[in-house]
Amino acid sequence: MRNDASTMGDYQTKQTFETFSFLPQFSQQDVFSQIEYIIAQGWNPGIEHEHPGNAFNHYWTMWKLPFFGEKDPARVWSELEACRRAYPDHNIRLIGYDNYAQSQGMQLVVFRGR
Amino acid sequence: MAKTYQAGVQDYRQMYWTPDYVPLDTDLLACFKITPQAGVPREEAAAAVAAESSTGTWTTVWTDLLTDMEFYKGRAYRIEDVPGDKESFYAFIAYPLDLFEEGSIVNVLTSLVGNVFGFKAIRYLRLEDIRFPIAYVKTCLGPPNGIQVERDKLNKYGRPLLGCTIKPKLGLSAKNYGRAVYECLRGGLDLTKDDENINSQPFMRWQNRFEFVAEAVLKAQGETGERKGHYLNVTAPDPEAMYERAQFAKDIGMPIIMHDFLTGGFTANTGLAKWCRKNGMLLHIHRAMHAVLDRHPKHGIHFRVLAKCLRLSGGDHIHTGTVVGKLEGDRAATLGFVDLLRESFIPEDRRRGIFFDQDWGSMPGVFAVASGGIHVWHMPALLAIFGDDSCLQFGGGTQGHPWGNAAGAAANRVALEACVKARNQGRQLEKEARDILMEAGKTCPELAIALETWKEIKFEFDTVDKLDVA
Repeated sequence: MRNDASTMGDYQTKQTFETFSFLPQFSQQDVFSQIEYIIAQGWNPGIEHEHPGNAFNHYWTMWKLPFFGEKDPARVWSELEACRRAYPDHNIRLIGYDNYAQSQGMQLVVFRGR
Repeated sequence: MAKTYQAGVQDYRQMYWTPDYVPLDTDLLACFKITPQAGVPREEAAAAVAAESSTGTWTTVWTDLLTDMEFYKGRAYRIEDVPGDKESFYAFIAYPLDLFEEGSIVNVLTSLVGNVFGFKAIRYLRLEDIRFPIAYVKTCLGPPNGIQVERDKLNKYGRPLLGCTIKPKLGLSAKNYGRAVYECLRGGLDLTKDDENINSQPFMRWQNRFEFVAEAVLKAQGETGERKGHYLNVTAPDPEAMYERAQFAKDIGMPIIMHDFLTGGFTANTGLAKWCRKNGMLLHIHRAMHAVLDRHPKHGIHFRVLAKCLRLSGGDHIHTGTVVGKLEGDRAATLGFVDLLRESFIPEDRRRGIFFDQDWGSMPGVFAVASGGIHVWHMPALLAIFGDDSCLQFGGGTQGHPWGNAAGAAANRVALEACVKARNQGRQLEKEARDILMEAGKTCPELAIALETWKEIKFEFDTVDKLDVA
């Protein structure tokens, strides 16, 4: 393939947020299916939020406690929305705590601070 | 009871073939595939391997009577046919725990794959598997960090890590090399890698490389907001130089270094793993020379043994082959040793070439690294085969992108995330591979071009080393 400048794109560096941040913005249904995945793995959903200026830190602020044993994705979604109403300028991420691996099985930034 | 000394040569099987023996939980067990010379009975060949890899020599010696040989000898306790192969057989040998120094893979290998491999009565010999008793496992340090700690340090969850080896593998200046690293990392890779051939050659001395790479890593990290790293190869001519390079990598704020465990040797590797544990550094392990040892189906050491040895000696990542790329690797066998690297208990499963139950206790797991001739079209299969606890490395598949490294990196990252999303939604990755990738390409021009560029590349050769199945 001939490779001249006129056919080449310019890749602009993006500020990103780890897993899934290279895909188009998730719809509510997309987020729902990831919550369902977390629950199906036997993990505990949790929510954390932080001002974008501090987003590189390991620790974000927890929104309430992780929802231990929660089986209803709609309730997790409504907590995500409640967190966003309380902290509209914060990044908000959904976490799946895997107590067997003693780590997180999943982490996904759902809302980006405005 | 006291015995009398009788000089002369005895059949090995009189002492070392013990079919009634029930192995102890503390025994180290080994399975060898033996191809004896014509006319040598199976029991005698198996007993000879047990003897020569433990206490025996070719003739009786009077000093045998100064110790309790029954306590120290290795025992051949079982013989099995190799499916579909009349000239070879499997021999199972039990070694008492006290034959080996604690925490020393070097010592275990010196016995098990030492002199015995040159033994004249044996035409070929292959070490297929070792069961390390939990009592021995607990004497080894193992991975300096392990999979979970690495995820926590790098903040990468729910997906494989994405990496790339910087190319060309030899000849770049340190500054141009750092450029290639920066472009990959800003485009969306988590990690880049020194090629194993890069140590400290005249065209790029190690310190220059480390300094330029550090700037590239920190800049990409700052701009993207994601944690980044580059495996700085500290493999060196001598241990002192190795530690000097490791210390320098830590001093300039880098999170991960790398070592070649077979060419460097297990003494160096175990020492470096201890250093990494002490210094909070991640350790990537390359496996140059493995195919010399593990590719021949009748002679050498199977990679599942080398993988177990590495987990005990210490490393946070190890290359395992890709199954789908340019390098050798049978799928079932690869999945078998990938489990041996990552899980805490792996049951015997002959369909995957696993001859023994293996209990690792609390020893951390090792990331399986898939690298070599892979590109975006392989992504769905790689995720299906290797799962999340893997590091997928696209060298040519990143840097060969028509727009360059950053675009190539973004294409791989988008493809990976699209596959993870699809899997989590319950879609069949390998069946729906094409749809998943083409769909993701619609909103990502970098991926669309990558899909076009590599649409016809395949690596379809038959595997040389296949599992023995009837």
